[in-house]
Amino acid sequence: MHEEVIISGFGGQGALFAGQLLTYAGLYEGRQVSWIPSYGPEMRGGTAHCTVILSDEPVGSPIVRNPTIAIVLNPASMDKYEPLVAPGGILVVNTSLVRRPAQRSDITVVRVPANDLAHELGNVRMANVVLLGALLATKPIVSPDSVKRAMEEEIPAHRKHIIEPNKRALERGMQYVAEGR
Amino acid sequence: MAKVLMKGNEAIAEAAIRAGCEAYFGYPITPQSEVLEYMSARMPELGRAFVQAESELGAVNMVYGAACTGARVMTTTSSPGFSLMQEGLSYIACSEVPAVAVNVMRGGPGLGNIQPSQADYFQMTKGGGHGDYSPIVLAPSTVQEAVDLVILAFDLADKYRQPVYIIADGMLGQMMEPVELPELKPPQRPERPWALTGAKGRPRNIITSLQLDPPTLEKVNLRLQETYKRIRENEQRYEEYMTDDADLLVVAYGTAARIVKTAIVKARRDGLTAGLFRPITVNPYPYDALRRAAEKAKRLLVVELSAGQMLEDVRLAVMDKRPIHFFGKMGGVVPMPEDVVDAMKKAMAEA
Repeated sequence: MHEEVIISGFGGQGALFAGQLLTYAGLYEGRQVSWIPSYGPEMRGGTAHCTVILSDEPVGSPIVRNPTIAIVLNPASMDKYEPLVAPGGILVVNTSLVRRPAQRSDITVVRVPANDLAHELGNVRMANVVLLGALLATKPIVSPDSVKRAMEEEIPAHRKHIIEPNKRALERGMQYVAEGR
Repeated sequence: MAKVLMKGNEAIAEAAIRAGCEAYFGYPITPQSEVLEYMSARMPELGRAFVQAESELGAVNMVYGAACTGARVMTTTSSPGFSLMQEGLSYIACSEVPAVAVNVMRGGPGLGNIQPSQADYFQMTKGGGHGDYSPIVLAPSTVQEAVDLVILAFDLADKYRQPVYIIADGMLGQMMEPVELPELKPPQRPERPWALTGAKGRPRNIITSLQLDPPTLEKVNLRLQETYKRIRENEQRYEEYMTDDADLLVVAYGTAARIVKTAIVKARRDGLTAGLFRPITVNPYPYDALRRAAEKAKRLLVVELSAGQMLEDVRLAVMDKRPIHFFGKMGGVVPMPEDVVDAMKKAMAEA
């Protein structure tokens, strides 16, 4: 098992946090893991992304040019990462914001109106976790239970109230892919 | 202890705490600020000393002062800040007191940027400040290794009464990886008869880096050189990765080395047998081990996030016995594994 995942969006959309949940989940499941954020002034108002590696082998480079999976939360991330996903890989698209269709035919494209689904669940800021759920329904690179455990263990005490809504957001993303709505 | 996921900077901070660091002095600068931030919460919680100094000059001299009292002490900074600390670090070396300094390198020269770089190699390994001193420099490549080497740094600083540096970079500082930390114990100072602890019941100790009498300063220098000789004989560390059958020996340290590891796996799929020689101590540099490793290969490629600084140490080790190629990126640009593979193929193709 070796997956290279890039999650990218506007600063504030939770790309980095979704990546951390995935990383913790991999750690709980005994994988070798790394998480690396984009950092620097370009984060403000621009895009923020992180790269997560889950592997059975020790992680070498924590950065990759052609990820096996990309989750794109906004149009700029779609434009940047759609061409870079490795052939045979997966592109998870937040269609609430990314209106254009994907151009690649050699990858699996998963289209999810994540902002709308998150909004229906009560908080548009959970779009990141909806998309993570959509990914796991497409390819279970970690189990959803591990992601839920990561929410329970890693969300700090003063934000405990967001754990249950985020679990529902994860399930909603999975359901959307499974049922097509 | 179970593995926890930590950012490199936070892991460096917690490792220092587990190593018994009693006092930390620093000044914020990206990409190492999380060390300072973490220490600002943790050190007071444990009843240990934390001071955000007014500048890097203040911080390094607080380190010097605390080290003179026998405390286990650390500072961390990033490239421009490390430049500002050079005077104090030279004083610490001359005074023969133990201290640990971490440089989470960023793009330079000048104020540069905050992205990963390895362009402070000369400054860190060749002294950096004035005078004949030669700090021990440890080069972690993973967050776990950063933890292990910070702990080792405190022990080596104690053993040799010299400053010990960790040469890290923005990538290692910012990334998260699982780490295992030793358990937290109260700090214990080894026997330090030289420390300034109040001269009650004993003759006073004097620690100074000012020796106006040339024969006296010469004697200090000879003693330092003796220390550096012992360090060279006992403390060289390195890792070899897939070197046994390698036609191309890639030499890299820290972040560059882990990118190279991925590149080696990719290159081998294309039929290019490459291996990695990774110095863990970049000072003392493992010259003999590298020479032996180089003899097994046809060519060498040095990969750095700089214009080619460690390259000079590789040339010193290998001389002209093998062709040595170089691939580097500057200014905070980090190469992808594919870029390194291209450089490897190019090195093997050049006659």
